[in-house]
Amino acid sequence: MASIKLTVNGTAHTVDVADPEMPLLYVLMDDLQLNGPKYGCGLSQCGACTVLLDGEPIRSCQTPVSLAAGHDVLTIEGLGTMENPHRIQQLFMDEQAVQCGYCISGPMLYGKVFIDQNPGSSQEQILEALSGLLCRCHAHTRMMRALTRYSEEVKA
Amino acid sequence: MKTLTNFHAKYWKKITPEASEALDKHGFGRREFLKGLGALIVGYSAAGVLNKAGAQFPTATVPLNQVDSWLAVAADGSVTGFAGKCDFGQGFRTVQQQLVAEELGVQFENINMIICDTALCPDQGVSSGSQGHPTQFGNNALRQALVTAREALLQMGAAQLKVTAAELSLENGNVVVTKDPSQRMSFGQLIGGKRFSLALNQQARPKDPLTYTILGTSVPRLDVPPKVTGEFEYVQNKRVAGMVHGKVVRPPKPGAKLVKVNEGSVAALPGNVKVVIKNDFVGVVADKEWLAQNAADVLDVTWTDGDTLPNQETLYADMRKMPSRDSLIVAQSDVDTQMKAAARTFAATYVHPFQMHGSLGTSCAVADVKGAGASTTATIWCASQGVWNQRGSVALILGTTATNVRVVFMEGSGCYGLNGADTVAYDAAIMSQAVGKPVRVQYTRRDEMISADSYGPAYVIDLKAGVDAQGQMIAWDYEAWTFSKGGRPAVANPGNVISGALAGFPTAAVVPAAANPPNNYSNNSNADSSYGMGCVGNSCGGTGNIKSERVLVHTIQSPFYTGPLRSPNRLQNCFANESFIDEVAAGLKADPVAYRLRHLVDTRLRDCVTKAAEAYGWDSRPSPKAGNPKTGVVTGRGISCVLYEGNNGYCALIAEVEVDQETGKVEVTRIITSNDSGPISNPDGLSNQMEGGAMQGMSRALYEEVKWQEFGLTSVHWRAFPVYQFGNRLPYIETVLINRPDVRQMGAGETTITIVAAAIANAIFDATGARIRQVPFTPARVLAALKARA
Ligand code: FES
Ligand code: FES
Repeated sequence: MASIKLTVNGTAHTVDVADPEMPLLYVLMDDLQLNGPKYGCGLSQCGACTVLLDGEPIRSCQTPVSLAAGHDVLTIEGLGTMENPHRIQQLFMDEQAVQCGYCISGPMLYGKVFIDQNPGSSQEQILEALSGLLCRCHAHTRMMRALTRYSEEVKA
Repeated sequence: MKTLTNFHAKYWKKITPEASEALDKHGFGRREFLKGLGALIVGYSAAGVLNKAGAQFPTATVPLNQVDSWLAVAADGSVTGFAGKCDFGQGFRTVQQQLVAEELGVQFENINMIICDTALCPDQGVSSGSQGHPTQFGNNALRQALVTAREALLQMGAAQLKVTAAELSLENGNVVVTKDPSQRMSFGQLIGGKRFSLALNQQARPKDPLTYTILGTSVPRLDVPPKVTGEFEYVQNKRVAGMVHGKVVRPPKPGAKLVKVNEGSVAALPGNVKVVIKNDFVGVVADKEWLAQNAADVLDVTWTDGDTLPNQETLYADMRKMPSRDSLIVAQSDVDTQMKAAARTFAATYVHPFQMHGSLGTSCAVADVKGAGASTTATIWCASQGVWNQRGSVALILGTTATNVRVVFMEGSGCYGLNGADTVAYDAAIMSQAVGKPVRVQYTRRDEMISADSYGPAYVIDLKAGVDAQGQMIAWDYEAWTFSKGGRPAVANPGNVISGALAGFPTAAVVPAAANPPNNYSNNSNADSSYGMGCVGNSCGGTGNIKSERVLVHTIQSPFYTGPLRSPNRLQNCFANESFIDEVAAGLKADPVAYRLRHLVDTRLRDCVTKAAEAYGWDSRPSPKAGNPKTGVVTGRGISCVLYEGNNGYCALIAEVEVDQETGKVEVTRIITSNDSGPISNPDGLSNQMEGGAMQGMSRALYEEVKWQEFGLTSVHWRAFPVYQFGNRLPYIETVLINRPDVRQMGAGETTITIVAAAIANAIFDATGARIRQVPFTPARVLAALKARA
């Protein structure tokens, strides 16, 4: 058993893990019982498990928990809540930009980081930045609408 | 139509942990639940509920014909609706809540819907085939219960207020004297906490959709705020006290049987690993999910060789020679003579691969099985589309009765049909029974893709048409070969999906048989094109004017499990039929829209086609587009249309494409689609479904194909089964919503997806003059078609 300290959504946690190679995703889902990051492929192919590690989007399904030790993890729960959503979450609500919503961590977190770093990016640029992320309900059109609005707002 | 209102987070009602625990308790009977409902609804505090929770099996099936099966009014007037049609991310929970608000005259926010819990909700069978909308607005479902209740409330109010029911109206959960609104009684005062004890009254009249105030508006979906903030509890997030994690170990190839398991191979691993074997089923259970996965990865299992798989290279040619069970949908006797008499004939063959649901999240279920023998009880949390079939069939696997099982629907990743949701519930149940603890199972990507997903079957479709001297089609001949193995689990058939079969239940085989003549016309699979009259016996049910038709389907035993995949069979059939009419039109140098209209008699379908063409700005001319060069990037447009299932939603769709004639790459740049499903319940929700369906259909047309080799299936992950992804060209999509308040409600979840492939193929032809008759339209196939063009 290894004891691993990490901060998730602003709260410090210490978790005991039997296998330090275990992907971070399992700590988030199984030990910390978060619902935001999800298992989709375990292979870095879809983005459902996306979280921010010190502000950068990573695929938690392929990130050993040992690499996250001592770092800040942010999941979509940490962005905002239903009562007090982050602006990007509000825009996803306004555009009704999901169907099942299982994929949402990928487009929302990659989109947020890219747009925050590149305010005013066009739809084409955002689409490109999200390359490789999947949404199997194919709600891409609406997600891109929400992200493009966010991009315009961040610039303003 | 109103636009989106501002969203209020408060609409998403969270049941407190105590209340949901109480609800989850075994044997929590519906009666007790209803008694506790007041407390549950008012503050979502579970106090009242917890006290009532007792061991109360069996849980009977909730009857359809009783008002109390569908709704309960609490003392404070808040309403709980119960429905047996689930929501998989289409927003149907919200629409059902709109229906309750509309017909009962209560505020939307004072309603809570409980859906697809076999212990609490009326048994409405399976939620599929875009049937939710037509069913709930039909005679034996939610709307009729609501209008029966409304009339009863008016009668109760009349008696209490000493007026006639005609002098009363409904206002925000109150019965009000119309002329003197100060005289009123709330629903809570009239019936709160009590039962209606009424059968559904078929004479009770639903509201005229023209007077709708909540239905017909774009009420924002209740599930969106919790989903985008990570607060939504998917079945993948279900956590039960004492729960452990299971993983399956599947045979490497279809048909392989278990020889032996070397349990010692995982004995030294951490996490209290246990191996579970039941007939050919093998799984492992451990305290933590990751530890269960590690054990499953290394468990040493020996299997037999399994089935010999057909050669994928020659599949479409080989299918024609395989033994089949045949069925005729239309069989006019003069097809051959008409074809001979025709001034011109056309023929073409279309092929479609096996495709998978490929849900983004792998399937997951939690099962809590208790007791032994005939007194075994179980609670199953799963995302099945058929919770009542799940209840009966999992009971068979567990050796108990259906009434000892409660299946609670929880939303999973979007499923689009028979993904692994049912079979994973069997896995969890088998393992929970073996270890005596609640077990959660979530598949790996590989498990999901090659040994859980019941694929949409491959098709070969031959089409012939005869045309008279004036260009009118006079004969249409359709002959198809397709596959089947298993399917949706029925109460008595757990073997229809893989885990039931591994556990020892038979998978019904396709028994070869000749076709009988049809005795009535059903175009549920859209095998008959939109242009046929669909005449069987003395009646004709089609939407077109071709009298002389033959529609013959050969069904072959499939090498892989198959099941309904969003727009099952209809998608494959419409790819062929809607491509073929385009070929005929092109052969006659006719405009594709005009030529369709010439053969369509159904006014609503004609309207869909016309409205889509108008919205697109369709210029009437034959395809291919004159003047496009034979090199470089060219553009074109194609149209297709359908009356989904022959009676359940009208749709037309126009796709515009860019084809790179050097690389064979096709990009869809624009999609315009029109839909008529009767009165629109939620315009934005309808648009969302149309957009998602169009995009998913585009993905299937351009990218998706299940692949295998002699040693087994190779579509094991997203690199091996590519789909549309972010970064690919995103088409501009516009939806044209046709609202018809004067007719019955139809479905709309599968209309656009059914016809995208043909619209794209027709657009490729328009752009290039090359006809592509095989899905998916990969660059290599497009290049081959370009090479073969006249
Ligand atoms: S689950 Fe991590 S990328 Fe798919
Ligand atoms: S909304 Fe279902 S996978 Fe994206």
